[in-house]
Amino acid sequence: MIAELGHYALVLALLLALVQGSFPIFGAKAGDEKLMALGQSTAFGSFLFIALSFAALTHAYVISDFSLQNVWENSHSAKPMLYKITGVWGNHEGSMLLWILILSFFGALVAWFGTTLPSDLRANVLGVQAWIVIAFLLFILLTSNPFNRLTPAPFEGNDLNPILQDIGLAIHPPMLYLGYVGFSVTFSFAVAAMISGRIDAAWARWVRPWALTAWIFLTAGISMGSYWAYYELGWGGWWFWDPVENASFIPWLVGTALLHSALVMEKREALKIWTILLAIITFSMALLGTFLVRSGVLTSVHSFANDPERGVFILMILLVFIGGSLTLFAIRAPSLKAGGLFQPISREGALVFNNVFLATAAATVLTGTLYPLVVEAISGEKISVGPPFFNITFGPLMVPLLMLIPLGPLLSWKRADLYPAMQRLYWVAGLALLAAILVLAFTEDQPVLASIGIGLAVWCMLGAFAEIVSRAGFFKNSATIAFARLRGLPRTMWGTAFGHFGMGVLLLGVVAVTAFEKESVAELAPGETMEIGEYQLRFDGLLPVTGPNFSENIATVQVIKEGSRPFVLKPSKRFYQARQMPTTEAAIESIGFSQLYLSLGDVSREGKVVLRAWWKPAIILIWLGTIFMVLGGSISLSDRRLRVGVAKASKARLEAQTANA
Amino acid sequence: MLKRVFQILILFSMLALISVRPTFAVNPNEILPDAQLERRARDLSSIIRCMKCQNQSIDDSDADLAKDLRILVRERLTEGDSDQQVLDYLVDRYGEFVLLKPQFSISNLALWGIPVLAFLLALLFSWRLIGNKQDKSAKLASSDILTDHENTELTKILNERE
Repeated sequence: MIAELGHYALVLALLLALVQGSFPIFGAKAGDEKLMALGQSTAFGSFLFIALSFAALTHAYVISDFSLQNVWENSHSAKPMLYKITGVWGNHEGSMLLWILILSFFGALVAWFGTTLPSDLRANVLGVQAWIVIAFLLFILLTSNPFNRLTPAPFEGNDLNPILQDIGLAIHPPMLYLGYVGFSVTFSFAVAAMISGRIDAAWARWVRPWALTAWIFLTAGISMGSYWAYYELGWGGWWFWDPVENASFIPWLVGTALLHSALVMEKREALKIWTILLAIITFSMALLGTFLVRSGVLTSVHSFANDPERGVFILMILLVFIGGSLTLFAIRAPSLKAGGLFQPISREGALVFNNVFLATAAATVLTGTLYPLVVEAISGEKISVGPPFFNITFGPLMVPLLMLIPLGPLLSWKRADLYPAMQRLYWVAGLALLAAILVLAFTEDQPVLASIGIGLAVWCMLGAFAEIVSRAGFFKNSATIAFARLRGLPRTMWGTAFGHFGMGVLLLGVVAVTAFEKESVAELAPGETMEIGEYQLRFDGLLPVTGPNFSENIATVQVIKEGSRPFVLKPSKRFYQARQMPTTEAAIESIGFSQLYLSLGDVSREGKVVLRAWWKPAIILIWLGTIFMVLGGSISLSDRRLRVGVAKASKARLEAQTANA
Repeated sequence: MLKRVFQILILFSMLALISVRPTFAVNPNEILPDAQLERRARDLSSIIRCMKCQNQSIDDSDADLAKDLRILVRERLTEGDSDQQVLDYLVDRYGEFVLLKPQFSISNLALWGIPVLAFLLALLFSWRLIGNKQDKSAKLASSDILTDHENTELTKILNERE
């Protein structure tokens, strides 16, 4: 019964979304406030019903109601409660329901926080947002209904894919979707602006917090996914250039470009056309990612062709939204007046440079991801585009970008002199050089490239704070004055600094782990040892254990290093009965920012095991860097200047003007 | 000066060329006694695809097929094949699918060409963006009502507000 209510709630949400997608837009056209106001109540309403539907499905998972096909396929009564709940979105139907829950959540947020927006813009934004909700609700109701019943109801479920039975599933998909889907708001803003034809700096000011919010979540989601893959898959890799990863990385690249160009538009009214285009492309890439992951086209073009119902549906959604918005863009773009003027060497110029490289990087990753699919669809030939392709194309694109990170914020708007900006970076350059020389002097093997990379990372990390240091005048004023000045600096400046600093930290981690990683493998009988870096590993034996829905072989490994206390690591192999699937559970010990990573290979009958060991220097910095980026984004978001509604400010100014007159 | 900048850029690009090879699935009994050959085998393995797996090299994969291929690569190397000969042999046998990095060839023109094209387009686009501005700002500057001094003052004020 509850399941049927959940299904019914989806239909009601669809009806409300239909109202939300039509009347407010007519209202905006006709200038009817009442019709426009419908947008808010319907946005709240459809969110409420989708949330109810989601709660109904969660309930079915919690009580293990195997009469629902979806629950039967993906759950098991012996599964721990956490995984029963996270299992709701560990499958196609449930994950689409989460997708649309978050989509309508953002619609409700716009309705809630958008009180300072002009009512016609708000009505149009909510209207466009509703179209996306309608499209995906139809997709769920027509092709991916999670509430299908089975009769007779089976006694036991098929269990969730063991790899997904992890805390990572509780955090990663919701985060990622908050990011992915969050960009729907910037998309709706872009389309709404094109419908009304009014696009100005105020528009950019309203859009930037939304873009920033989405970007923060997407950054956190991708980073979390990377760490999850790192510890769960047992291969010790942190990024695989897998199509599924790329599907989330492309929107991140374009979204990052959007964040930077929206800044130019807000401050200088320049790059309007480009910013609108980026807003469209970012969400289009999120939709494309959804298509790639959800249609099954990645597994094989053939399996897609055999069961195309879902894939074709999403493809239609993709065509309608991307095609529609680009057509609107083509009609409107020529009438947009170019705003503020600037010279190549200026803050604007630097941000354009940033956009050129980020856009090219996105295009490159997109090409590499789609190429095998296109080739197979056209000629039937199979081809692989893997990490080597992405490393040699993507890497060089990032280098100039990273080199300019410290310089950009130091340039003034409109026109800038390179020389004074560089002067303020001398100390950064000096320290970066010093770091590179130190690496060169104190390491072995491949120090030249690694030292350059580490120098670049230090350059980014310290350079990120160059603007703050020079604004506070640390080299000119006494420390007290400088610190007093620090407090007066706007938060967005701190946000920028932390974001860029995080990029440097991430690079440092990547270079260190790439250049100085150590790996070792050996077959060990109990009591035998192997070496990895400065550590000695002694295998002490296997212990079979039974878990709630799996059986497990746990190896005990003593880790011994001269001069420090020994400790025990327990890598294991699990076997999940319901799915007949083995998994590898790596054992990881963090030592400073580095990690010792052990993974259990084959276990022979005589009790010998294959043990793989990695020493991963500074690898934690990779994820720590993204934490700094998220922190920077959050600091920026908390800036009063971003939160205060522009409509109010201009009203105050108007009053002041009339008072003066 | 410019030459130096280019040299540095090229060096940095090479940095990015160090292939990220964080994983390995080689079993102890597969490892060749000759360390140099083993190094070459590992390097090759990281660009050869395990065809049964999703996006995994034979160096990463536990699958039986990957193991067979790892042994095959080592056999060919021991018999004296060059790296390219090993790759050619595998492509002959399994098709280009086996290569994680597609060949530079006419049929792959789109793959290697689109990134370059995208970069050129983006450059052109931004050049037009700035170029236009420059002309206009030049015109504007000539008929500017403000004196140079006032202009610098204005820029200063604008910058301080940021």
